[in-house]
Amino acid sequence: MTQAEIKLSSLLLREHFGEIVEKIGTYLIRTGTQPLRGIVSETGLLLDQVKKALCVLIQHNLVTYQLQKRGFIEYEAQCKRVLRILRYPRYIYTAKTLYNDTGELIVEELLLNGKMTMSAVVRKVADRLTETMEDGKTMDYAEVSSTFVRLADTHFVQRCPLVPETPESPDAPPLPAPTLVLNEKDMYVVPKLNLTGKGKRRRSCDEDETGEHKAKKQKQDGESSEPPPDDGIYWQVNIDRFHQHFRDQGIVSAVANRMDQTSSEIVRTMLRMSEVTTSSSAPYTQPLSSNEIFRSLPAGYNIAKQVLDQYLTLLADDPLEFVGKSGDSGGGMFTVKVKWLLEDLLTLPHLHPLIPSCLPLRFGSRCARIFRLLLRKKHLEQKQVEDFAMIPAKEAKDMLYKMLSENFVSLQEIPKTPDHAPSRTFYLYTVNVPSSARMLLHRCYKSVANLIERRQYETKENKRLLEKSQRVEAILASMQATGAEAAQLQEIEEMITAPERQQLENLKRNVNKIDASENQVDETIFVLESFIESTVKRP
Amino acid sequence: MAGRGRGRGRGQMTFNVEAVGIGKGDALPPPTLQPSPLFPPLEHRAAPLPGGEEGEYMLALKQELRGAMKSLPYFVKPGAPRRDIERYSDKYQISSPVDSAIDWNPDWRRLPRELKIRVRRLQKGRTTILIPKGKQRVTLDKEETIKKLESLEKKEEEVTSEEEEEKEEEEEGKEEEEEEYDEEEHEEETDYIMSYFDNGEDFGADSDDNMDEAVY
Repeated sequence: MTQAEIKLSSLLLREHFGEIVEKIGTYLIRTGTQPLRGIVSETGLLLDQVKKALCVLIQHNLVTYQLQKRGFIEYEAQCKRVLRILRYPRYIYTAKTLYNDTGELIVEELLLNGKMTMSAVVRKVADRLTETMEDGKTMDYAEVSSTFVRLADTHFVQRCPLVPETPESPDAPPLPAPTLVLNEKDMYVVPKLNLTGKGKRRRSCDEDETGEHKAKKQKQDGESSEPPPDDGIYWQVNIDRFHQHFRDQGIVSAVANRMDQTSSEIVRTMLRMSEVTTSSSAPYTQPLSSNEIFRSLPAGYNIAKQVLDQYLTLLADDPLEFVGKSGDSGGGMFTVKVKWLLEDLLTLPHLHPLIPSCLPLRFGSRCARIFRLLLRKKHLEQKQVEDFAMIPAKEAKDMLYKMLSENFVSLQEIPKTPDHAPSRTFYLYTVNVPSSARMLLHRCYKSVANLIERRQYETKENKRLLEKSQRVEAILASMQATGAEAAQLQEIEEMITAPERQQLENLKRNVNKIDASENQVDETIFVLESFIESTVKRP
Repeated sequence: MAGRGRGRGRGQMTFNVEAVGIGKGDALPPPTLQPSPLFPPLEHRAAPLPGGEEGEYMLALKQELRGAMKSLPYFVKPGAPRRDIERYSDKYQISSPVDSAIDWNPDWRRLPRELKIRVRRLQKGRTTILIPKGKQRVTLDKEETIKKLESLEKKEEEVTSEEEEEKEEEEEGKEEEEEEYDEEEHEEETDYIMSYFDNGEDFGADSDDNMDEAVY
């Protein structure tokens, strides 16, 4: 793990889980697998704190454990998974667009809690939805369950590995740690639950006194009765599926940019049909016949069969090969090149140009021109660069060296003679896309870490002011509840002076800007990571 | 020797610098003698952030998520720092969750056994609050106060342990002294340091924390 990744992980852990968890997580990421004793001795924390933190990390799928042959347990941190914390808002938003508020809340609860049983999720989400509804209305469990089932069917949530149900002999001591197994087939099977009930509204403050005793008793009853029927079956969010979804979105928008709306809709339909059947690392979707595509087009699109065929042929003939033709049966079998044509996406200007857009911001638009030129022509000599880019020699040299020093371009030597004499060698400038991508990714991690630190610094600087404003708001709220006059409210509001108000405004604006930037950089990180992953050859 | 004829006083390289484009007499940038500045001057302004409904919503989500996670039990707060002087008000303050307690109930079947923190201590701790030495009347009042405090915490074990303690309280009074030792670790209520008496219960269960207390 690079330094930048470790730094970013530790910042994310600290912000979301606190210092103790952060120390342990960072230690594990830095040093690999460790047993419990090792962690305690190296981090200098109390044993109980370490235990607590490890429980939290395991619950959130950030740390895994393994029982070694010699009987002790080793813990390993998943650094990549920690970095995904940055992307949680995007997952939740996607769930909202696909499955409305119910889906959004389900995914949010699962992300906040790591893993949960289905009954617990349904109950919590129903309660939350009931809160937001008008008085008297409640959310039915059945509705929430059906959304959950849909999420499971489209693979957005998946089951966690289970504790094996081995019948142990009564003499044998229980294993120090269970080895969790997961059957591939069962990953998305929803247990048959009979969840009936409605969401409960939280009691208002007045009833707290009496309500609490009752609540305690209820809880007691709930605990002492049988465990819920799906006890032991935990669900977690399937992050890879969300990534697949983002990737599909990218492809569709690329097609829309290059061609028109209709062709992008066709590609979207094809992708939707093969959502569940394509594994995340397959280069192509399953072949779909054009008849099937025609049948599955969304209802609003009334294009004739011939028009569809024409579009498909057009897509297949396109040099970018979004769609490939793989056979002729059923009116033509087509696949979508899902292994993200990232190289093209990254570099061609009329698609989603990533690398060339970073350049003008650092070096100027002329540099970007040179860069695009090099991408297209692959290798160029110094002189040729000047000629093709139509930039005077001095400036061209300057820019090339700047880019060279930042490793965006590299030099390729081509010797004319076997002794590699410098005077008789060609030196060509070239762009190495995978390595530029990696370098950019590293930079992205650094930027996000810087952004988070800056945001924390800003918040810390104004802590006193923030606390004051919170107190004033609390006072205002309580006074309004008890019915105070406008004059009194005015007086309280004036406790915060105008310059302080201005400062608060500034702070809020800055924090919002920084947060939005973090989200933006995370999108870039996603594209770059997917590309790099696709270049790594799997055995 | 080979490079002597050319470019004296300038950095000599192994390859023909002309081919790369550095002509004769060109001024190269001076060598850098220090690390690059922390905040280099920004030559080009960054592009504006994409706004729009999606961006706004995700922004709100992000901030909400941050706030929500801080209040969840998964956010492990470091234990309250021990005061050097025992204050009267400590008795009436709501005690923060003890270091060794977990506020949520993980499914212990899925976790390695070694991660389980013993909760017995908490029971003992509770026993001692309820049973100050000897005075049973005061005990009852205290019980109610403690009950109210406990209703803020979410552990059912306390409910059951309270019932147990009520029974225990009627039965014995001698056990108080034994438990004073444990109590000291958590609630510094008494003036007596009962560390003389080591009932051996904490042997092995106690790790090397709490070393900041004087052990006689």
